[in-house]
Amino acid sequence: MNAPDKEYLALVREKMPKSKHLTTVFRAFWTGGVICCIGEALNVAYSSVPGDFSSDDVAALTTITLILMTAILTGFGIYDKIGAYAGGGSIVPITGFANSVVSSAIEHKREGVVLGLCSNMFQVAGPVIVFGISSSVVVGIIVLIFKGAFA
Amino acid sequence: MKRGSTVNFDGVYVENTASVVGPKEAEGPLGKYFDKQVKDDLLGQKSHELAEIRFHITAIRYLMNKSRRKEEDVDLCIAGDLLDEITGASLTMREFDVPFLGAYNACATFAESLITAALFISSGKFKRIISSTSSHFSTAERQYRFPLELGNQRTPLAQWTVTAAGAVMLSDIPSKVAVKRATVGKVVDFGVTDGNDMGACMAPAAADTIVRHFSESGLKPDYYDLIATGDLGTAGSELMKVLAEKRGIKLGSNYNDCGAMIFNRVWQDVGQGGSGAACSSSVFSGYIYKKMLLGDFKRVLLVPTGALCSKTSILQGESIPGIAHAVAFEVVK
Amino acid sequence: MIWLDFLKAFLVGGAFCVVGQILINTTKMTSARILVGFLLAGVVLECVGVYDYIRDFGGAGASVPIIGFGSSLAKGAIEGALENGILGAVAGGIEAAAPGIAAVIFIAFVVGLVATPKTK
Repeated sequence: MNAPDKEYLALVREKMPKSKHLTTVFRAFWTGGVICCIGEALNVAYSSVPGDFSSDDVAALTTITLILMTAILTGFGIYDKIGAYAGGGSIVPITGFANSVVSSAIEHKREGVVLGLCSNMFQVAGPVIVFGISSSVVVGIIVLIFKGAFA
Repeated sequence: MKRGSTVNFDGVYVENTASVVGPKEAEGPLGKYFDKQVKDDLLGQKSHELAEIRFHITAIRYLMNKSRRKEEDVDLCIAGDLLDEITGASLTMREFDVPFLGAYNACATFAESLITAALFISSGKFKRIISSTSSHFSTAERQYRFPLELGNQRTPLAQWTVTAAGAVMLSDIPSKVAVKRATVGKVVDFGVTDGNDMGACMAPAAADTIVRHFSESGLKPDYYDLIATGDLGTAGSELMKVLAEKRGIKLGSNYNDCGAMIFNRVWQDVGQGGSGAACSSSVFSGYIYKKMLLGDFKRVLLVPTGALCSKTSILQGESIPGIAHAVAFEVVK
Repeated sequence: MIWLDFLKAFLVGGAFCVVGQILINTTKMTSARILVGFLLAGVVLECVGVYDYIRDFGGAGASVPIIGFGSSLAKGAIEGALENGILGAVAGGIEAAAPGIAAVIFIAFVVGLVATPKTK
């Protein structure tokens, strides 16, 4: 086992090109903003639909619609081009989560539907589900113990 | 004759070469030099893995037709690629009735197979050997990185795996280009852990091999018309030059990198340039060999470079060592 | 003023994405780690009661980013625990997130069957 060559690693840090902060941050800002505006527009549209949707229902419908749009864009090979431009702008919204599930599913279908597509669907996004559900259970139990503080 | 790890060859010649490349490589600056340009990188196959195998088969088949050799004329094929357990080369060889040795040195596989083939031929027991490698962007991407349709931003350090296959036929029959000498590289690890920064992983190994090549052969860098590393990329090449200069070898304008040559970095959005097992093999088979036949290059040192890692070793936090072997070609007639 | 809502959504959503981009640029984090980080931030902000204010201000700008997904998980767990005791504490989070998760799984399954990876 070689010890890391500190002098070389410093040279690498100095010589290798860096991400361009200004451009990438600007792109992430406006694309992320636009995706959220699409969400806002969907919210407005679903709240004006007659029927008694609660605000939670509206939010859920908006989420489902965004997921569907992302899945279609991913299926046609467009979302990864948006992602190459937008970076964080297309990862942080729920569309980025949907894209990571759909792209894994597409990628592995050639290894079969059961062992390829289904078992690899959460290859990238699995940690999100695991951490999300686990943390919600932890929160639930904490609330149960300290009920008084939250009621 | 051997000095250090540098071997001199006598009577090993390049009989012919063949290269098949995908659409992006065909659009690049070297596009017109490749024998076959393919429009569809899937080649009508049902997966990219099968497409890579088809690239490899096409290159070997084309090489045989071009040099008018049949399968029984070829004594051995030494081939490799980047797929798990080099299934690419192995499954390619089920199409041919030719003895096969599988080789793996990541992207330096091409040099490994050339050196092995040259040694077999100079032993006098083998007459004609094919040495070939293949790689494919879409198979490498899913194996080492992420699904193709994932909307990830590539870091500016990333390189673009070349979709191609290159094959070279070596024989003991004198022809214009000879394999003159080779330096076998060592595994060099300077502790780089970033799997996207392949250039920095491989630069120390390339510098080590190049410096040892010159000290052991007694030659000077300006002896060669072209010194070409495999796939360090633009920034990796700069690092390599700095490291070589520290050890007393100054590389001038005759130095270039196959990965930097094969793509146009300005408009092809490939990060630091091309990479992959077929990067050096297709650039040598397509561009360098043809330039040597034309007499534009008389002496060429090819130094394919490889980063020795797997997805598991990277996830477990291992640093990524590099390896590079140098092979010298000269016009003899 | 509906346009003001859009502007707020744009600014809040964009700001979260800027944080994500800065993480990508400076830490070499991959998308899975960024998504997990935002999700956990959402859970924490909801628990301390801050996220309600962000949601009131940002609208879709606060609910569309994955951080909003985290906050709705935590919100569901808190409500479930208060209303249904232990069962609510365990199931509340996933109940709140169920429409999104079910949609993702089903849609990805169907699209995965139909689509193929494209030439890059």
